[in-house]
Amino acid sequence: MEKKGISGAEAVVLSLLAEGVECVFGYPGGAIMPVYDALYDYRDRLQHFLVRHEQGAAHAAQGYARVQRRAGVCMATSGPGATNLITGIADAMIDSTPIVCITGQVGKHLLGTDAFQETDVIGISMPITKWNYQVTRAEEIPEAIAKAFYIAQSGRPGPVLIDITKNAQTEFFDFQYRKCTKIRSYFPKRKVDLSSVERAADLINNAERPFMLIGQGVVLSGAQAEVKEMAEKAGIPVASTLLGLSAMSVHHPQYVGYLGMHGNYGPNVLTNECDVLIAVGMRFDDRVTGRLDGYAKQAKVIHIEIDPAEIDKNVKTEVAVVADAKEALQALLPLLEVKRYPEWMAKFKECDATEREKVILKDFAPTTSLPKMAEVIHMLSQLTQGKAIIATDVGQHQMMATRYYEFDEPYSNITSGGLGTMGFCLPAAIGAKVGRPDRQVVAVVGDGGFQMTLQELGVIMQYNIPVKILVLNNNFLGMVRQWQQLFFDRRYSSVDIQNPDFVKLAESYYIPARRVDNREELGEALEEMLNSQSAYFLEVMVEKEDNVFPMVPAGASVAEIRLE
Amino acid sequence: MQALEENQQRYTVSIFTEDKVGLLSRITAIFTRRKINVDSLTVSETENKGISRFTVVIRTAPDRIGVIVRQIEKQVEVLKAFYYNDEQIVYQELALYKMPTEAFAGSQVVEKIIRDNYARVITIEPEFIVIEKTGHEEETMKLFNELKPYGVLSFVRSGRIAIAKPMKLLKVHLEELENISAF
Ligand SMILES: Cc1ncc(C[n+]2csc(CCOP(=O)(O)OP(=O)(O)O)c2C)c(N)n1
Repeated sequence: MEKKGISGAEAVVLSLLAEGVECVFGYPGGAIMPVYDALYDYRDRLQHFLVRHEQGAAHAAQGYARVQRRAGVCMATSGPGATNLITGIADAMIDSTPIVCITGQVGKHLLGTDAFQETDVIGISMPITKWNYQVTRAEEIPEAIAKAFYIAQSGRPGPVLIDITKNAQTEFFDFQYRKCTKIRSYFPKRKVDLSSVERAADLINNAERPFMLIGQGVVLSGAQAEVKEMAEKAGIPVASTLLGLSAMSVHHPQYVGYLGMHGNYGPNVLTNECDVLIAVGMRFDDRVTGRLDGYAKQAKVIHIEIDPAEIDKNVKTEVAVVADAKEALQALLPLLEVKRYPEWMAKFKECDATEREKVILKDFAPTTSLPKMAEVIHMLSQLTQGKAIIATDVGQHQMMATRYYEFDEPYSNITSGGLGTMGFCLPAAIGAKVGRPDRQVVAVVGDGGFQMTLQELGVIMQYNIPVKILVLNNNFLGMVRQWQQLFFDRRYSSVDIQNPDFVKLAESYYIPARRVDNREELGEALEEMLNSQSAYFLEVMVEKEDNVFPMVPAGASVAEIRLE
Repeated sequence: MQALEENQQRYTVSIFTEDKVGLLSRITAIFTRRKINVDSLTVSETENKGISRFTVVIRTAPDRIGVIVRQIEKQVEVLKAFYYNDEQIVYQELALYKMPTEAFAGSQVVEKIIRDNYARVITIEPEFIVIEKTGHEEETMKLFNELKPYGVLSFVRSGRIAIAKPMKLLKVHLEELENISAF
């Protein structure tokens, strides 16, 4: 793409178009005004969603990126606009989500003078971006943006930030866009090393109790089919991390559940009984491993991971395959023998039965006057046949949703894993719906977290984005309350949250809304929500002092998982 | 030089990077975030134009150094990073000592100290003299301690610079990286 004598601001817009960007989430302000002026000319080709707080722009870009499988774009002005993006950038960094953030900056001659709305955004965002760069001349814009997209989307994805001084936006130059395909110092991906794949195959073929763990890397590389094929051919049980959820259908016979602090009983305890552990695109986060010296010590670990810095970071590996998950599994598959492990699989079934009896049946039993979260999620799952995109916030409802929603379609789980950012859900759901208007998107959110970014109801209103919002209201900061109950002697310190009338609030944004506080109406209310052509807000009053189990207490090993 | 804590070792980390603003913060953040003290840090251009070399001396546990260096290599503008123990490198530091000129008057002692330590005088002013010594930290410190009784006005020591003993060129390392990479 070429255009002579255009402003830096127009170049920003043309660069985004050259990258195939269709929408931007953002908020204007002084230092980014020239870009907003340019956006006006291109509003038929590049839709801008005006969020109500820049944190929402970053999370919306994340939600969009997760469903579209390419970088989401957000934009903000200098100073407070840019600092409001920071939480979302940190979230994208730890969850490897590709987003491109564009911030305005004061003019070059004012840099370092504590000018109005000058903040060292490059300095602040440095540890939470994969790459960042300050542009001070218009001519740098196309190359900087091209690099930004390449870096955000290649290898292990992540957030990048381009800070553009105001003078660079207003200067004129001859624009020419070339996509970036290579950077001398950047080696995002390795070829699959066949000798390590052979060693991995050898370990797997000789295993007696192999166990495969899948994470976000499987989702990012699109390796769902390969995982399924491997599980079927080699008979290996597969468990997922929080971010790996929906990569494999929960109904697949080889799928044995969800790992981690509030995951399923079987995959957690049996991690310490497998003899070969095959970790694919996951990073052994402490929420998955529990205490490291009590984690899978008996197992030989195969780690298939694109990022060399993850190898041996937390868990020592026997064989590391540093490669894209899909490519690595494609190389591995033909080397695997057809196997079945009936006794080993039976152990998972036994654990499932234990969990069912001790946890799940209780969670589903209508023993309380108000419905429990698990009941609501179970019903939602059945009504949508596991086919909806579920965005969750952080807390008990997140763990209940990810435990009980029976994901049956890939790219359906949008949640803040590594950072655990309350307030993530609503804007991320908006981004997901913008990215996949053809799919049902349900935002499952707690009454606490909803209030952290509820101003984004304004975006839903203004652009008619048919997101379904399901607030599970326990009138508590539930997850913190659970910890206070279990580990702080029931001293409920500042978890009792007084809420506004959410229904009226949603209605004030012209969003149809309803509150339910009994089981009788629940199914019908959920159906009404799901069938609504427009956005819909449903508040379900749920049991106040419900707890999420199983639970691996902080500092315990996975084998010490508690069922009650 | 600070004493090593238990299970710590001293490492010299050589980092080859693009010559870009901001990389220094990115690299130091990798250490500070892990509470690793940087004993010294030197940055200079290399024989290859546009490529800088960071020489960082740190103390850390042997089972952490590899992970840390891979985190450094992960930075987009870092070409390659290596770590060495003292046996694997040839290294030097430079120290300057500012002494009052009268310390030399009427006595040969200071002059003898300078000669015995293979140091040299680089400037003589009416009021002060500047002495230079290159060597390992123990050597530059030894000279400092010997000069101290005669009045050291100012003492400064550079960070360590180091050259690795293995003969493999950076270019070869980079070619190997190219060969195992997919783009
Ligand atoms: C921004 C932010 N602040 C604080 C926390 C700590 N935190 C984790 S869960 C939680 C409670 C969430 O309450 P709510 O949104 O009502 O959901 P529930 O647990 O009741 O489902 C809190 C305060 C967090 N994760 N994020």
